[in-house]
Amino acid sequence: MIPAFADIEVGYELPAQDFPITRADLVRYCGASGDFNVIHWNERVATSVGLPNVIAHGMFTMAEAVRVVTDWLGDPGALLDYGCRFTRPVVVPDDDKGATVTVNAKVTEKRDDNTVLITISASCDDATVLGKAQAIVRLP
Amino acid sequence: MALNQEFVGRSFPPSPVYQVGREKIREFATAIGDSNPVFHDPAAAVALGYSDIIAPPTFAIIVSLKAVTGVAHDPELGLDYSRVVHGDQRFVYTRPICAGDELVVTATIESARTVAGNDMLSARADVATTAGEHVVTTYSTIVARAAEEAGA
Repeated sequence: MIPAFADIEVGYELPAQDFPITRADLVRYCGASGDFNVIHWNERVATSVGLPNVIAHGMFTMAEAVRVVTDWLGDPGALLDYGCRFTRPVVVPDDDKGATVTVNAKVTEKRDDNTVLITISASCDDATVLGKAQAIVRLP
Repeated sequence: MALNQEFVGRSFPPSPVYQVGREKIREFATAIGDSNPVFHDPAAAVALGYSDIIAPPTFAIIVSLKAVTGVAHDPELGLDYSRVVHGDQRFVYTRPICAGDELVVTATIESARTVAGNDMLSARADVATTAGEHVVTTYSTIVARAAEEAGA
């Protein structure tokens, strides 16, 4: 059931989630997305271009972050608009634990056309990794 | 290195048709760890009014980035693709991508600029069905980092 527009107020916080990201996840995402950029799986190349280590695809982090919204909606088709900047890379160490991205989201604006603006924050090791991450959803 | 300004405003011929497969959607949803039944189970998708399983919101990048990176690799543009990172991304949806869709992408270069030595290319990709129904528009900025600012 999609939450009802009338029941949601500005400041409403969607359930937060943690998303662990391991090297294995990045390899799987390379294959599924077709983005085989070497910096997402090869430490030698990543460090040679000045990165601290292998980094997650920005699109992988973006895909995880919006799950906080689509899990809440139930029907992902209620999502009308979703955007972000990639402000800081998510560095994924070569161990079984990997990195963890923590995603919070809250309603920051209610509009006349039954849509709400959701502002999303995503962080890894207490540093923000996405900038201006926002979604617009239509509620019944 | 300055980007070739002649590319700004240029639209490229529509891409070859991308046939959206049910298994490709499931593979992508699994790769991002998303078990929402509407991405996996046709019955769950039909219950929400869709004709088949739908794709997670960022699946559109598979369809659109192919068109954008094709442009970015054009040697006449002058972008050093070996230094490229993703700057920003936005999706504006008319409806979710659905298994069985036959999609065509039309890419347009919206801006090409250099900021603090970083070359930034912004492109729009309009994704529609072969019947002309708009599905999603994607807005992407890719950045070729200046060599001395590696690690930023």
